Amino acid sequence: MYQYDKYDQAMVDARVAEYRDQVRRRLEGKLTEDQFKPLRLQNGLYLQLHAYMLRVAVPYGTLNARQMHKLADIADKYDRGYGHFTTRQNIQYNWIKLEETPDLLAELASVEMHAIQTSGNCIRNISSDHYAGAAADELVDPRPYAELLRQWSSFHPEFLHLPRKFKIAVIASETDRAAMRLHDIGIRIVRNDAGEVGAAFYVGGGMGRTPMIAPCIREFVPLDQLVTYSEACLRVYNRHGRRDNKYKARIKILVHELGAEEYARQVEEEFAHLLTQGIEPPLAELERIGAYFADPPFETGASDTLDLSDPDFALWVERNCHAHKQPGYISATISLKPVGGIPGDASAEQMHLMAQIAELYSFDEMRVTHAQNIVLPHIRKADLYAVWQQLDEAGLGTANLDGIGDIIACPGLDYCSLANARSIPVAQKISERFAANGKGDTLGELKLKISGCINACGHHHAGHIGILGVDRKGTENYQLLLGGSEAADTSLGKITGPGFDEDGIVNAVETAADVYLRERQEGERFLDTYRRIGMEPFKEALYG
Amino acid sequence: MADLATPGPDAVQFRFRDDEPVDHAAVTVDAFLDQSNASAVRIEPGDDARAILPHIEQLRLVEVNFPGFMDGRGYSSARILREAGYTGELRAVGDVLIDQLAIMRRCGFDSFQPDRALDEGDAQRAFTTWPEVYQAAADDRAPIWAKRHG
Amino acid sequence: MKIVTGNDLKTGAVTWWTGVDWSLYVDDAVDVAEQGEAIAAREEAARRVNAPYVIEADKTADGVRPAHIKDRIRALGPTVRMDLTLKPADPESRDWVI
Repeated sequence: MYQYDKYDQAMVDARVAEYRDQVRRRLEGKLTEDQFKPLRLQNGLYLQLHAYMLRVAVPYGTLNARQMHKLADIADKYDRGYGHFTTRQNIQYNWIKLEETPDLLAELASVEMHAIQTSGNCIRNISSDHYAGAAADELVDPRPYAELLRQWSSFHPEFLHLPRKFKIAVIASETDRAAMRLHDIGIRIVRNDAGEVGAAFYVGGGMGRTPMIAPCIREFVPLDQLVTYSEACLRVYNRHGRRDNKYKARIKILVHELGAEEYARQVEEEFAHLLTQGIEPPLAELERIGAYFADPPFETGASDTLDLSDPDFALWVERNCHAHKQPGYISATISLKPVGGIPGDASAEQMHLMAQIAELYSFDEMRVTHAQNIVLPHIRKADLYAVWQQLDEAGLGTANLDGIGDIIACPGLDYCSLANARSIPVAQKISERFAANGKGDTLGELKLKISGCINACGHHHAGHIGILGVDRKGTENYQLLLGGSEAADTSLGKITGPGFDEDGIVNAVETAADVYLRERQEGERFLDTYRRIGMEPFKEALYG
Repeated sequence: MADLATPGPDAVQFRFRDDEPVDHAAVTVDAFLDQSNASAVRIEPGDDARAILPHIEQLRLVEVNFPGFMDGRGYSSARILREAGYTGELRAVGDVLIDQLAIMRRCGFDSFQPDRALDEGDAQRAFTTWPEVYQAAADDRAPIWAKRHG
Repeated sequence: MKIVTGNDLKTGAVTWWTGVDWSLYVDDAVDVAEQGEAIAAREEAARRVNAPYVIEADKTADGVRPAHIKDRIRALGPTVRMDLTLKPADPESRDWVI
């Protein structure tokens, strides 16, 4: 994985010093909260319901054992012994004190980590495929491109006061594991007819209150023009994105209002101009970065078979493991979704354990997934049983990846000052219900996503089943959506009808699952059945 | 001439150039394009900085107004002018605060006229925030990638 | 009754205006009648509180109960981690929130 050189280290150190000075000026009264808020946000610090919340960047979701141990230590020292992994492959802490944040950031910098641009109206942490560098189906490892863009977007002087936040994802396989087209810019690394590698740009996707799927605005950008083309995309947005209404300020609205063709034309014009400006790093820089992502020293001729005689282990392998490009290896996902648990939360103890296992068995590497789980990307098949046993003992062996228990949920009204309803208790009740009635094991892939407000941090638009919490006259109410997907077959869910109370929504999810179990044909997932039979049978069962 | 109520060069708190400041007020972009003999113009966030590019030879001062510090359009305006070869004074005016000084410098601003005077010590520290820079921009600093492959 | 709440500037802890100071406990909150906005502005300017605002609440036999669920969650803590709330030993307090 990538390692800082003296320049990268100098930049994060300078950022800590700058932020320490900003906190000093805030506490001395030289900065008002209105002036300070954008500064703290660009260092990941929110003011939430109970305290400040700090979001730490995990660039493209990749981290090593030393970093995970540090995250655990920070949970113990500055928080209350746990952290929450997020849908942007980051981690956030819920109980942070403003006056301690400069020291906390200095500790992060000591392990090449930071909280830079994890919030605010700027280019956020760049996300990627959590199986990058391991997946059997990828064209190349997408992370060098993400790292190139991380450096370009960090402290970019022109783009720190954008109309609104800006999220970029980079993938390099046909299978989309990063919800690429639901980003402000989605980049897919592709090979063109001439056999050259380049990037397809999708611009103007997003969730939030106006969900949109990004259109492709350029099918091929050569690798030695990636930064310049990105800069053109951003400049057109910075100049012309709406600033009169916060809810219409994302780039998706600009692209929608201009039309994808006109937006693309303006980008081309700006791109042609910027190509004369010498702002593109040389390809040698991409090669330098790429060298850090070279394959770890895989053992050749490692045994490619698994002993699946333990049925619990066999189930976990079937559900939580993914094919590796290297024979004899496999990628395993640690579910942070135990039955009745809080999706994405991990205790300091669990973080330490995951770090130890990664160091011993996964070439010192882990990935945070956008579904709020942790991947051990490179496990030797011969070690897999031992790994699973250790995880299982620590409550980290739940076999439910992509099933109804693998729920994405935002923090909701239990923690978040924007939320209208609680998300976590609904997730807990649903996972408990489907574990108790045994239906969870029969449903197969069923992605359930819960947001506690219209901002859609829980990706409810993109769930096969989505739940949106709303405030109805001071009480929590939950709307049900069906038919969304964040994968390569991206689609947006539709609301079934009137909302439900907390117990009602749990029943409604079970009702929808029952319709699927009744109607499904051979090989169909929930989503496939829904797409075939449409909304009506579900409505009939729910409201009939 | 649509003079703006500009206090003049006296209120400029920081200036990184040695030439004589322009001694008259800047005009709006519309006024400038109407009867373009002025040598100072003021760009508002919604103005198209490219509209004045045909006339940059005659300009000695461009003010870019930041009515609120969160509106970042002025950063693009500044870079567009410098990319087009404008070498005159580029002045940030309005809600100009300590924590934006460094990035304004990077986008090509070389003078600063904040609505409220800034603390001198804090400002001097702010101008030197970044020991290195990741991107090529409108200043003459070598980006980190250039140093790595120099 | 109307009460004033906010977060402590340095620690972020939820606080309630007691008439003379800020308390961690909602039961210490006093009715500020029409003075809420003025108190909030003054205390924020003095940096004794961050992001203060005025809310409706009821004075009950059990204490002060904010009208909106969001402020009841703020007053207690996250309902999904009762161990981290102000009343870790009292599971019944979850019902007070909902």
